[in-house]
Amino acid sequence: MPVASLRRETAVRRILAVIAGCSLLFLGMIMLFLFIEGLPLFSTVSVSDFLSGMFWYPTSEPPEFGIFPMLVASCAVTLTASAFAIPLGVMTAVWLTEVARPGVRRICKPLIEMTAALPSVVIGFFGMVVAAPLLQDLFDLDSGLNLFTASLMLAFMSVPTICSVAEDALFAVPASLRAASLALGATRRETTVRVVIPAAFSGIGTACMLGMSRSIGETMVVLMTAGGAGILPGSLFDPVRPIPSVIAAETAEASFRGEHYRALFAVGIVLFLFTLAFNLAARHISEKNSAGGR
Amino acid sequence: MSAQSFPRFPATPHPGYVASAAAAGTRAGLASQNTLYDGTTSRRETEAGTGAHLMDRMQIRRIREYLLFTLLRLAAFVNIFALFGVCAFLLWNGLSALSWEFLTEAPRNSMTEGGIFPCIVGTALLALGSLGVSLPLGVASAVYLHEYAGASRFARSIRLGVNNLAGVPSIVFGLFGMSFFVIACGFGISLLSGLLTLAVLTLPVIIGTTEEALRQVPVTLREASLALGATQSRTIVRVVLPAALPGILTGGILGLARAAGETAAIMFTGAVFFSRKEVDSLFSPVMALSNHIYVLATSGTDIDKTRPLQYGTALVLVLLVLGMNLVAVILRDRLQQRRRR
Amino acid sequence: MKRTLFITLTALCFAAAIFAAPAAAAAEEIIITGSTTVLPVMQKAGEAFMAADPGISLSISGGGSGNGIKALNEGLCQVAMSSRDIKESERKEGKGKGVNAVRTAIAVDALVPVVHPDNPVKNLTVEQLRGIYAGRITKWKEVGGKDENIVMISRDSSSGTFETWQELIMAPDRTAPSALSQASNGAVVQAVAGNRRAVGYIGFGYLNPSVKKINVNGLEATAESALSRKWPIARELYVFTNGAPAGAVKKLTDYLLDPQKGQKAVAETGYIPLSGK
Repeated sequence: MPVASLRRETAVRRILAVIAGCSLLFLGMIMLFLFIEGLPLFSTVSVSDFLSGMFWYPTSEPPEFGIFPMLVASCAVTLTASAFAIPLGVMTAVWLTEVARPGVRRICKPLIEMTAALPSVVIGFFGMVVAAPLLQDLFDLDSGLNLFTASLMLAFMSVPTICSVAEDALFAVPASLRAASLALGATRRETTVRVVIPAAFSGIGTACMLGMSRSIGETMVVLMTAGGAGILPGSLFDPVRPIPSVIAAETAEASFRGEHYRALFAVGIVLFLFTLAFNLAARHISEKNSAGGR
Repeated sequence: MSAQSFPRFPATPHPGYVASAAAAGTRAGLASQNTLYDGTTSRRETEAGTGAHLMDRMQIRRIREYLLFTLLRLAAFVNIFALFGVCAFLLWNGLSALSWEFLTEAPRNSMTEGGIFPCIVGTALLALGSLGVSLPLGVASAVYLHEYAGASRFARSIRLGVNNLAGVPSIVFGLFGMSFFVIACGFGISLLSGLLTLAVLTLPVIIGTTEEALRQVPVTLREASLALGATQSRTIVRVVLPAALPGILTGGILGLARAAGETAAIMFTGAVFFSRKEVDSLFSPVMALSNHIYVLATSGTDIDKTRPLQYGTALVLVLLVLGMNLVAVILRDRLQQRRRR
Repeated sequence: MKRTLFITLTALCFAAAIFAAPAAAAAEEIIITGSTTVLPVMQKAGEAFMAADPGISLSISGGGSGNGIKALNEGLCQVAMSSRDIKESERKEGKGKGVNAVRTAIAVDALVPVVHPDNPVKNLTVEQLRGIYAGRITKWKEVGGKDENIVMISRDSSSGTFETWQELIMAPDRTAPSALSQASNGAVVQAVAGNRRAVGYIGFGYLNPSVKKINVNGLEATAESALSRKWPIARELYVFTNGAPAGAVKKLTDYLLDPQKGQKAVAETGYIPLSGK
C-alpha cells in the first residue's frame, strides 16, 4: 500500500476517534458544568443539611435548601410507577416473544415502541386534563394532582422502555433451550416460566433498571401531574414534588449564580448521580449476563 | 415446518391440540394458538391409556397455560389500548381546533387566539438543526466504534459514555445547555443554544441506531471490497455506508422525532413563550410546539379559554412525532423483509 | 404565497422546511422577559404597539420576575417585567456587570384570594389567610365553611406573586410546604375552579366567573379599594430597564404609560391603571 494512502488511513482513523470521543467529552462537560455551578452551594450549606433538610425555601431570608422530601418523592414516584410498569412491561415482552404469532407481533411491537415516542409533555398534559380530574372525582380526593396520578403517567411512559429491553433479552434466549424443554413434555407455560424467563433474568433486570432510570429523570410528567407540594407523602394520594420538577419549575426564575441557582444545580447533581447509578447498575447486570451466557 | 420458524413456535394450530383444548372447555383464546408439542404429548398419553388422572393433570396444566397467556395478552392489550386511548382523546378534542388558519397563523390576543405557525417553524428548525449536528457526529462515532475500534479499551469507555449519556435526564441536559451554551458560550436563549443542547441529547440515539445498521452489513461485503484493493476508509464510504444507509436514515428520523418532542431540554435554552419576530438567525429565540403546550396548559393567561389551542397543538405535535416514527418503523420493516429474502 | 408554499413543504417534506424558512425584514428588536403577572399587559399593549410602529419588533416571554431581572443583569433582555421591586442583591449583581436597573411603574395589581364558587365562605381575615397558608388551619369548618380539608394552592416560590403574598400576608410565617405550587396565575384559577376544597390567590386581572373572590377583613377587592391602598394586598407592577429608557425602549415605555394606549390595555387586561398619569 502506498505510504500516502496509509498515512491518510491513519489520519481518518484519528479524526474518527476524536469525533467518537465527543460523547465522552459531552458527558464530562455535563458533569463539569453541574459541579462548577452547583458545588459552591456547599460552602454555605452542608451536604448533610442539603440532603436531609425538610424545608425548601429558596427565596426567603435566610433561605433554606433541604431536599429530603423531594428525594423521598422521587423515590416514591419511581417505585410506584415501577410497580405498574415492570409487570406490565415484562409481561408484554413475554407475550411478544413467546405467545404472539409473527404477524401480530410485527404490528404490535412497533405500536408499543411508538408509545415510547409520545412526547412527555403530551403525556403530562393528558394526565393533567384527563387523568387528574377523573381520579379526583372517582376517589373523592383533595386533589387529582398527586403521587398516584404522576406514577400512573410515568408507568405509561416507561413500559415501552422496559418492554423493548426485556424483549431483546428474551429473544436472545437460545431456541435450543425452548426446544429441549418442550421436548421433555413441558407445556409452553412451563417452558416460558421455568426456562425462558430464568435464562433471560438478568436482561429483564437491566430492563427494569433502565425503566426506573427513565422514571426518575422524567421531568414534564411529574411537573404537570405530581401537584408540586414539597412534603413527605403520607399516602399514595398526597401531592408531591419530585426532584426534576423543582429544577424545571424554578431554574428560569432563580437569579443567576445566586444561592438559589447554585442549589438548583446541586439538585441537578443529585439527579444526575441517581440516574448514573441506575445506568451503571443496568450495565453491570447486563455485562454479568453476557459474561455468564457465553 | 421450516427450520427458520423453529424457534418461534409453528404458526398453524395442530388439529389434535385444538380438539383437546375444546375438551377442556377453554377453546376461546386457545384455538387460535398452537402447540405442536403439547398436542402430541397429550395424544400420546391418551393413546397409551394412562387414565383419567393424568388427563386431569394435563388439563390443569393447559388451563394454567391458558390463564397465563390470557394475562400476558391482557398486559399487551392494556399498553396498546393506552396508546390508542391517548391518541383518540387528542384526535377527538384536537381535530376541531385544527384548521388551515391554526397551522399558518401566529398567535394573537395574548396567545388566546390564532394559530401555532411560529411553533411549527421553531420545532422544525430545532429538530432539523440538531439533526444537522448530531447526525454527522453520531455516524462518525458509530463508524469508529464499529469499523475501527472493536473492543479496545478506548472504545469500551466511549460505549460506556454513550450509554450513560443516553440515560441523563433531559432536564439535566437543559441545565447543562443553559450554563454552557446560553451563558458560557454567550449564545443567549436562542435557536443555536436549543439545537446544540438537543444535538447532545440525541447523539446516543443516532450512535446506537447507526451501529446497529453497521452491524447488519455483512462482513463479506467489506472483505470483497478490501480484497479488491480498496482502502478501509474507501470501503466504508463506498460499500459499508451505502449498505447501511436505510438503517442510518431510520436512526436519523428517530433522533428527529425525539428532538421534536423534547421539552425540558429546551425550556431554558432555546424556547420562549412568545416571540413575534420571525426566526431570521441562529441567535433568535424560537417558539416550539412542546414548550407551547406546556406554557398554554400551565402558565397561560386564561387556561380554560385556550383549551382548544392546547389540544390542537398537542395533536399536531403527536401527529408529527408519531408520523416520523411510523416512517422509521416502515423503513426498518422493509429493510428486515428485504434482508430475510 | 411564500408562506403557503412553506406550509405545503412542511407537510409534504419536513426536511425542506429549513431552506424555506422566511427571512424577516430587519427590524429593531426589544427582548422583554419576566413576571407572568405583567405578561398579559405587555402582550396586549405589545401587539398594538407593534402594529403602530412596525419598525420595532418585540419578543416577549414569561418566566417570573426574578428571571426577568436576572436576564436584564445578564444583558439577555432590554426590558424586564417585574411584579415586585428589585432586591438589593440583584441591584448589586447588576452593578457588577455594568447594569443600572431603572424602575418604571406601569400598573397597580391587587392580589385576591379565591375559592371554588360552591364554597360558602365569603370573608377571611388576614390572620385566617395566614393561618391557612401556614398550615395551622386545615379544615374549612374552622373558618365557617364545610367539614372538608383545605387544599392550598400557592405559586412557585420564586414568582413575584408568591413574594408579594409572603410579604403582605404571610410574614413572619412561611407558606407551608404542603401547598400545591402552580406556575402561573392562570394555573391557579384553573386549579381552584376544578377543586371544591381549594383556596388560591391571584392577580386582580385573572378574576373570572369560574372562581369566587373572597373579601379580606370585610373589604371587597375592587379597582377603587386597590388604588386607594385600602385593599391590604395591592402592589405596583414595574418594568425595569438598563438606565433610563431611551430609543426604542423609550417609545415602548411611553406607549405603556399613555392613558389612551398602554393604560387602556392595563384596564382591559383587568389590572388597575395608574391614576393621574
